[in-house]
Amino acid sequence: MDTNTLIFLALLLPVLAMFGNMAFARQDNLRDGFTFVCAILTFGAVLGVLGNLGNSTSEEITLLEMLPGLQIALQVEPLGLMFALVASGLWIVTHIYGLGYMRGNKEKHHARFFACFSVAISAAIGIAFSANLLTLFLFYEVLTVSTYPLVAHKGTPEAIRGARTYLGVLIGTSIALFLTAIIWTYTLAGTLDFVPGGILQGKVEGLLVPILLGLFAFGIGKAALMPFHRWLPAAMVAPTPVSALLHAVAVVKAGVFTMLKVGVYTFGIDFLADTGASDWLMWIAAYTILASSIVAYQQDNLKRRLAYSTVSQLSYVTLGLALATQMGVMGGALQIAMHAMGKITLFMCAGAIYVATHKSNISEMKGLGRSMPFTYIAFLIGALSIIGLPPLGGSWSKWLLMVGAADADHKIMIGVLMASSLLSLSYLLPVVAQGFFSSSPANPYNGIKEAPAFCYIPPVFTAIGCVILFLYAGTLVEFLTPMLGVPQ
Amino acid sequence: MATASETPHIALTLRDHLPILQVLIPLCVAPLIVLLGGRRMAWGLAFLASALSLVVSFLLMMQVMDGSFISYHLGGWAPPVGIEYRIDAANAFVLFLISLTATLVVPFALRSVADEIPARSHTLFYACFTLVLTGLLGVVATGDAFNVFVFLEISSLSTYVLVSQGLYRDKRALSAAYDYLIMGTIGATFFVIGIGFLYMTTGTLNMADMAERLVGQGDNRTVQAAFAFIVVGMGLKVAIYPLHLWLPAAYNYAPSAVTVFLAATSTKAAVYVLLRFMFSVFQPEFVFDTNLLLWILAPFALLAMFAASLIAVFQTNFKRMLAYSSIAQIGYMLLGISLFSVTGLSATMVHLFNHGITKAALFMAVGALVLRSGNTFYDRIEGMGRVMPLTGAAVVLGGLSLIGVPGTAGFISKWVLVQAAFEADLWWIALLIVASSLLAVIYMWRVIEVLYLHTPHPEAIHKEAPLSMVIPMWIAAGACVWFGIDTSLTMGAANTAAIGLMGGTDGMALTPTVGGLLGNGH
Repeated sequence: MDTNTLIFLALLLPVLAMFGNMAFARQDNLRDGFTFVCAILTFGAVLGVLGNLGNSTSEEITLLEMLPGLQIALQVEPLGLMFALVASGLWIVTHIYGLGYMRGNKEKHHARFFACFSVAISAAIGIAFSANLLTLFLFYEVLTVSTYPLVAHKGTPEAIRGARTYLGVLIGTSIALFLTAIIWTYTLAGTLDFVPGGILQGKVEGLLVPILLGLFAFGIGKAALMPFHRWLPAAMVAPTPVSALLHAVAVVKAGVFTMLKVGVYTFGIDFLADTGASDWLMWIAAYTILASSIVAYQQDNLKRRLAYSTVSQLSYVTLGLALATQMGVMGGALQIAMHAMGKITLFMCAGAIYVATHKSNISEMKGLGRSMPFTYIAFLIGALSIIGLPPLGGSWSKWLLMVGAADADHKIMIGVLMASSLLSLSYLLPVVAQGFFSSSPANPYNGIKEAPAFCYIPPVFTAIGCVILFLYAGTLVEFLTPMLGVPQ
Repeated sequence: MATASETPHIALTLRDHLPILQVLIPLCVAPLIVLLGGRRMAWGLAFLASALSLVVSFLLMMQVMDGSFISYHLGGWAPPVGIEYRIDAANAFVLFLISLTATLVVPFALRSVADEIPARSHTLFYACFTLVLTGLLGVVATGDAFNVFVFLEISSLSTYVLVSQGLYRDKRALSAAYDYLIMGTIGATFFVIGIGFLYMTTGTLNMADMAERLVGQGDNRTVQAAFAFIVVGMGLKVAIYPLHLWLPAAYNYAPSAVTVFLAATSTKAAVYVLLRFMFSVFQPEFVFDTNLLLWILAPFALLAMFAASLIAVFQTNFKRMLAYSSIAQIGYMLLGISLFSVTGLSATMVHLFNHGITKAALFMAVGALVLRSGNTFYDRIEGMGRVMPLTGAAVVLGGLSLIGVPGTAGFISKWVLVQAAFEADLWWIALLIVASSLLAVIYMWRVIEVLYLHTPHPEAIHKEAPLSMVIPMWIAAGACVWFGIDTSLTMGAANTAAIGLMGGTDGMALTPTVGGLLGNGH
């Protein structure tokens, strides 16, 4: 099949899954099986796009003209393709996991849950293949709105409050800042297309460059740059599959992905480096990395701890962009894939623990590792990848970011990255250590077994993925290089 | 289209009479409804009149989309002696909005009116409705200043009656209608005083002729006073922020179907008249020279955007909240005018349409909620989104459009308006525009939470609204999405209209480029 058809399939199959969920709302197995098939086909379609990359040029597909001169258009480029692969590939895993979790945990409204989930995936793939900022913004907002019911899913006062923060911050920043930045860019440059090397060079100068960059950086609320990070911990009231796929992969990665796209294809790395417009952003990112690590350290609720860890890890990508060097941007891009694989593992493990024991506080999880070895070993591997130790994927992105920092002559950032690794070591490993080594006082966990297989197999799977990503990081770097606009 | 000189002897076709048919059809149907009587018959005739108007307005719009205009001479009397109807992109677009809304409202009214108004008044209700339609279409279609006043009064007087029909549900509808009557009459009086001054100065009532004679009269005190009277008079009808006091009560206590129609059309027609007078009769140079106006309009627009939105946030009744939201949205339209550029006017024109369909969808949802839960206080409509999934989803779509989320019509308006602000180098206004839409997030999301995240009220009827309400509601809601994605029709018309308006007198040139069969040939 040609690339265009495949892109449409990748966008529409999840929508089909949504309709399937609505149509078969009451036939559980049929409904979930149908979604599963759609998920596999979606991943297949994205793989097909990847396969076609070599032999057909990545043409722009214009769907329609939304405003005079502004099209809704799709395009394939390496960074987006990687994001689409990550999102659609992990959807399959998370769907299996979600079945185990939702059934094992006796959650309600499965059809609505999986329907919204599918729309969110479609939106993420739309973001990945957007050919200009307008299209990207359209899917960006679809993603926000479609995930709102997922956060509010439980309908408890706490869930409603969390969902309100979630929506308030994400819609608020995107409409007040991101949209302003997009329209401003359009007024300046007369186009919103993603062009290697950027579109703003020579169109804007002086103090306006950092201001415009600031509108983008804070406007892309999904990147969770402080002080607009509050929505992410708030979103943890959602059922764990949502936290795993959406708030460790699709939604947050859509944020940093957008950040990279804007940096690389709207501003252009050289433009940023020449004007020094991103220097301040580097400090904000560094602050976010360290501050949220420290907050994570203080959290006793496992999911909240992971959420703050995500806030910290996301800012690695922003930092990579703000360094405005090729290595930095490449490190940021790798971080999208590496962190996704690591963090989804951790969240799925947290959910598996919850399904098996209904515990969500770390202090109550003493000695659990011996009853749930698979879950805990997967957690350990995911944690080590987040920390950035070889032989796991996370080490490569951190390595490249450090090289990027050295290139940019901001050696202090190397220190920030190292400190952050130490901090993540200190807040992630105790969970595992407690699980295996501390004996629970009265041993109330007699009879605790692993969660259902649907719950613990997927994290084991993604933990293996962390190792594989370590081995194939070189291929990934080679694949991503064209986005930097360097002649190969 | 053939011109007059080419076809002097050919009998005139119906097509050539479209401009007058636009007004004539509902005007003739209104007395017919009263004469024939019968509730079903009345409804059928009102629907027929609306649907025919829609067809006519669509045909008219297609003819003038290219920037040309049609000049129609009533009774063959050439202007400026005779009355002229003049259709260009700006008013064809508004005509289309008005007749589209009417065509959606009448089917919707079938159940809504039956529920809210006793059967004996139905015939007269539909007759009044058709008269409002006549008035609004006339105001927009005519090229004669005094005609504008006459049609304005036709629509206003019948609107007062329609608003008062809410009394069967709440007696306060009477005082709301009375307030509206007083304020509306003051507005109309100011307007006619302004026209009187203009007649005094120019000796003509034809708007195009008037425009020619006003050139260079910028220093004339009478002309300036006329301008002030007309702007303030129309400002009352538009409900510019400090002149808005009639609006919340009128919208709130009027029967649901009436609110839908009013919210989507009547202030919009008034905005059109304001635009027409400011830009075509007094020309942009005049407005620009008396720079003052822009500096008065912009602050009031901003005030409306923030103050009215803020009031909307604290409402506890969905219908009343939407009324305040309307006042805020009118602020956006005024802001577009005050930016004084083609882009700014495009924003006004396109928002006029987009907001019309958005509010139509939302107020129809209100009507459906009233039918099932009795009223729309938040504690009463709790959880209704779960038992009325289609109505609830329409509220969500309309709400997203009101906020301006991409993929909805409201986004397009916001985009063009912010772009206009940036083009004028007024970046702080751009920031204020987006900041005010955050208030829309708050007041809309309150409703959405109420509709979805609670258990339904036990006394409400737990059933979806009838199809006769859901279908028009979803056509409007679907239009919010359609015109948010495919904007060739709306942006095309708005742009052509804006260029014509900014062209000033040129946009009102006496020699028509197309049409004008009557009069010229005889």
